[in-house]
Amino acid sequence: MIELALFVVFGLAALFGAVTMVWARNPVYSALGLMLTMFSVAVFYVSNSAHFVGVVQVIIYAGAVMTLFLFVIMLIGVDKAEDRSENLPVQRPLALGFLVLFGAGVLWAGHQAWVSGPPQGVDPVNGTIEAVGSELFRRWVLPFEITALLMIIAAVGAIALAFFKDEGAGE
Amino acid sequence: MTVTPGWYMALAAILFVIGLGGILLRRNALVMFMSVELMLNAVNLTFVAAGRELLTIDGQVSVFFVMVVAATEVVVGLAIIVAVFRRRKTASVDELAELRG
Repeated sequence: MIELALFVVFGLAALFGAVTMVWARNPVYSALGLMLTMFSVAVFYVSNSAHFVGVVQVIIYAGAVMTLFLFVIMLIGVDKAEDRSENLPVQRPLALGFLVLFGAGVLWAGHQAWVSGPPQGVDPVNGTIEAVGSELFRRWVLPFEITALLMIIAAVGAIALAFFKDEGAGE
Repeated sequence: MTVTPGWYMALAAILFVIGLGGILLRRNALVMFMSVELMLNAVNLTFVAAGRELLTIDGQVSVFFVMVVAATEVVVGLAIIVAVFRRRKTASVDELAELRG
């Protein structure tokens, strides 16, 4: 019963945030809408007993990533009115048509069976830090180490891009 | 009336379609980038819901890895957007047409 209430309230919040993100003229409103959606998704993680992932979602996504987005929005300016005209002739109606088709197709396919296959375990999952961590450091330890390498590459790449000299600017 | 994982998956499908719409309908690079994040979040939600249904924690581990990759992708992508903006003074992808044939 509580889960149903949470699903309805935060499901509507997630949809509202997502539509706001796509629709808003001002990128700051887009970022705030996305933040609302990410927070709602974190609530869904918790109600699916993925406690650790829910906390990580709030800290990484709603915290760090969206702060980074807001910093960049402030950096490149939001005061300029965005030109919302579309250069491609039938892009918008075509895109909307395919979106409706795609969404209806996914929902129809899922109506048959959202989850198929035999259960992989016997106990209900409980995504505590201990459970996720022991899985991460046993079966997934090599991918976990490779993510460290990936993050170093990303950090070096971002610094290299920030030091980029504007030789061709002002053309 | 209980909430089954299918409900979460249906919601995730709708969120994914909205994110895809953001990619197709908007021309602001930042908003398109946020739409990518929304689609990644929608897929993460399906991982968690399916892991709950199949009684395995592998779904949550997958979400962890997707989050790591998404965070690194945001760092590099935003650096690229800032670099492009410093050079071209625009964040609209329609203006970047040098490679047009």
